[in-house]
Amino acid sequence: MTLDLILFLVLALIAVASALGMLLSRNAVYAALFLVLNFVTVAVFYLLLGAPFIAMAQITVYAGAIMVLFLFVIMLLGAESLPGISNWRRVWFPSALALILFIEAAYLLIVKARPAGDVLQPDVSINTMENLRQLGTSLFSDYLLPFEVVSILLLVAMVGAIILTKKEKGAGRHGPN
Amino acid sequence: MVPINYYIILSAILFTIGVTGVLIRRNALIIFMSIELMLNAANLALVAFNSVLESFSGQIFVFFVIAVAAAEVAVGLALIVEIFRSKNSIDVDQMSSLKG
Repeated sequence: MTLDLILFLVLALIAVASALGMLLSRNAVYAALFLVLNFVTVAVFYLLLGAPFIAMAQITVYAGAIMVLFLFVIMLLGAESLPGISNWRRVWFPSALALILFIEAAYLLIVKARPAGDVLQPDVSINTMENLRQLGTSLFSDYLLPFEVVSILLLVAMVGAIILTKKEKGAGRHGPN
Repeated sequence: MVPINYYIILSAILFTIGVTGVLIRRNALIIFMSIELMLNAANLALVAFNSVLESFSGQIFVFFVIAVAAAEVAVGLALIVEIFRSKNSIDVDQMSSLKG
């Protein structure tokens, strides 16, 4: 058993345990923190797979911005304590469905798609600035149009979020109050 | 060297946990977090395939997915705040006003 494999198995255990912790937690703040742990573990996986830029983007955007937003909303609404899973009879049927989904996904991905080969060793040639430079060049030449579309999407989402949460005031506005 | 199959199985497990979260939890915030978990699982599979193919397309795709997830979270959390304001609850079972 190589060092890579041991590292992978330990990280995978942490990822699955934190995802289960998020699923079963009775406190919304704990659930959010479990999810942060999961995102950080996935970022380490990205580093192992030789994608340092994606790993940093994962930490900044997911573990940083998105989860802070989640925690902010949880505390704003005062919805920390959850009722938990009260009716266990309603759990087994969705769980069986999810198990079937997992078996199907594993069958399709492993048997049908037949991915071959090992993942790259994260050696010096991957985690260098040259990698980042190539990624940036590709992003701003081949994928320029999707990049600009994403910027417009983010602008629209920002305007939408502001309008949705804005308090209605004045009589000039129509619509539900 | 870790075989890519291990990464794909891990991605499938995380995706399944996300699906289970959407199905069994009734709190809108937890359901939303489960959706984020599913997006993350898909990203992990993309980066793993990208590592085998030795190209950049997968990483760029993941970059776009992260940007779209950020936009989705902003709008979704705004909707949840608005629902909480009107119903004083974020239990998805309470959102049944359209039921006849």
